[in-house]
Amino acid sequence: MKRAGFDSRWLPVFLLMPQLAIILVFFYWPAWQALQSSFYLEDPFGFGSTFVGFENYLRLFRSSEYLRTAGFTVVFTVLVTFFALSIALLLAVKADKVLHGARTYRTLLMWVYAVAPPVAGFITLIVFNQRWGPLTEFFALFGWDFRVRLDYTDTAIAMVIASVWKQIPVNFIFFLSGLQSIPRAVREAALIDNRSASARFWTVTFPLLAPTGFFLLIINTTYALFDTFGLIDTILRNNPGDNPITLVYKVYVDGFRGQDIGGSSAQSVVLMVLVLALTIFQFRMVDRRIHYT
Amino acid sequence: MAKLTLSQVGKTYAAGSQAAVSGVDIDIADGEFIVLVGPSGCGKSTLLRMVAGLETVTEGEIRIGDRLVNHVDPADRDIAMVFQNYALYPHMTVRGNMAYGLKNRGESRQAINDRVEQAARMLELTPYLDRKPRALSGGQRQRVAMGRAIVREPAAFLFDEPLSNLDAKLRVTMRGEIRKLQRRLGTTSLYVTHDQLEAMTLADRLVVLNGGKVEQIGAPLEVYNNPASTFVAAFIGSPAMNLLDAQVEGGTLMVEGHRLAQVARDAGPVTVGLRPEDLVLSTSGLPLRIDYVEELGAQRIIHGFIGDQPAAVADGSPDAPLSDIVHVTAARADIHLFDTTTGKRMDLPAETQIAEATA
Repeated sequence: MKRAGFDSRWLPVFLLMPQLAIILVFFYWPAWQALQSSFYLEDPFGFGSTFVGFENYLRLFRSSEYLRTAGFTVVFTVLVTFFALSIALLLAVKADKVLHGARTYRTLLMWVYAVAPPVAGFITLIVFNQRWGPLTEFFALFGWDFRVRLDYTDTAIAMVIASVWKQIPVNFIFFLSGLQSIPRAVREAALIDNRSASARFWTVTFPLLAPTGFFLLIINTTYALFDTFGLIDTILRNNPGDNPITLVYKVYVDGFRGQDIGGSSAQSVVLMVLVLALTIFQFRMVDRRIHYT
Repeated sequence: MAKLTLSQVGKTYAAGSQAAVSGVDIDIADGEFIVLVGPSGCGKSTLLRMVAGLETVTEGEIRIGDRLVNHVDPADRDIAMVFQNYALYPHMTVRGNMAYGLKNRGESRQAINDRVEQAARMLELTPYLDRKPRALSGGQRQRVAMGRAIVREPAAFLFDEPLSNLDAKLRVTMRGEIRKLQRRLGTTSLYVTHDQLEAMTLADRLVVLNGGKVEQIGAPLEVYNNPASTFVAAFIGSPAMNLLDAQVEGGTLMVEGHRLAQVARDAGPVTVGLRPEDLVLSTSGLPLRIDYVEELGAQRIIHGFIGDQPAAVADGSPDAPLSDIVHVTAARADIHLFDTTTGKRMDLPAETQIAEATA
């Protein structure tokens, strides 16, 4: 066998350069800057900065507002991830059963994925419009006076619904292809071994979907934590007031509105640590628990 | 354990389309080993899957024991199936794979354990009970699939080409193991294969299928000795039977203008079937122009032409020198006659005489 290889040890480095440069400029450099400025108290007008050590971090964890936002973010992330995954799984299982219609079904569901976050947010505002939003009217039938952007809980519910709706298509596609990659004979063997369809699902199909599910769990968690920014901003019309916001949104509000660069940097460092922890968790889990077949 | 009865079973996928299987009648006695054999697309797998309940039955009746199972759930049919690609549950251990079906039927933990251990001993799988399938070799996986079927103690085993994913040597070993196991357990078995050798060695009775219809049912030797049609004749036996266009002229069977035998038939065309192993080299008879020779050690296969028609001869004395043209004859009982248009067997009448052929 002839082995293909590089003659020069600098060629691979050279080929990697564009990728490394992009990561360096768009990730490591800003991350380093955030880390640096999180230890300084910066003058709002950029005239100077004072080193304050961990003061920015301490201030964060003493702030009841920050803790409340963190609490909401956790609840929001758990709800969005749970519903986006479970609804998508349900739809995928149903679609998988009627494979002939699945193509149209898939396309219809995919459309939502193509909707840009601000448009999704805008659609949410229309659907939950105070005067004539169809969902508002629907809730009114049950005597629920639904008020987006005026009521804390109602706004939170609208955010969750919109975020879940936006994420279902991509989950659906992954689950459907995951389901279709389970060998037909394995399902047929289960059909002979177990008469209950729901027991078959939980003991055979679901464990075999675990790798897909776990991958989606990570993707959805990061989605709920970070990528819902545009949607939330549109729903709040750039003016959060007393409405619930997530941690990422608070980074933006404090940094760009409140001109608290130091505090905002400290917040983003906290988020970076969170992502790092998630990533480590993911690799550990993939290594140990999940059986790729 | 039970008998298995298929009566007028048929399968049509879409209304108006051609039937994948039609009019199949098979009575399988308790403990019998039946092999469904035929080329790909002949409907043998479809038929097996209908018995398993994985395909709906659009015509006729399938009975396991005395119970009509046309609309019974696969899990309630009291059958066990062994699949071509093993179909093991990749997330379960060998033990888990074997125990799964029993657990779902609510057997006691003790009973499950006993049966799994016993099956594992029988199949020499005991050291692997706590491994996952991916850590096993092909042959071991196949044995786990067998074990999964055995522990269920079903009324019937269904095998869907279980050996075709194994290499040639392992296939021969496993073939023997399956036969021994089935004899020992005495479980009624239905086995699908496209390999005629596998079919011949395993079966109590063969069912040869062609285009969704039963071509012939019979014991392996019976099918080999009296093929019901040119299809069966060409399919069963290796190398395949020579099928030659021939003429009956005035009670004489003529192949390419050479006399082969005396037959009491009306004049007209017939197809004559001659097994390569039944043909003997002689000084006179049908002239065979040699094309090439395959040496197999114990014998050699001589390929050539009688007139323009290809033919093969299995020659048991591979050391004798050959000239370019050899002459072959066949004993009277070894000449098979088939109708040229329908391909059906025409029984050789008793008064047939083998002519001491003289070119």
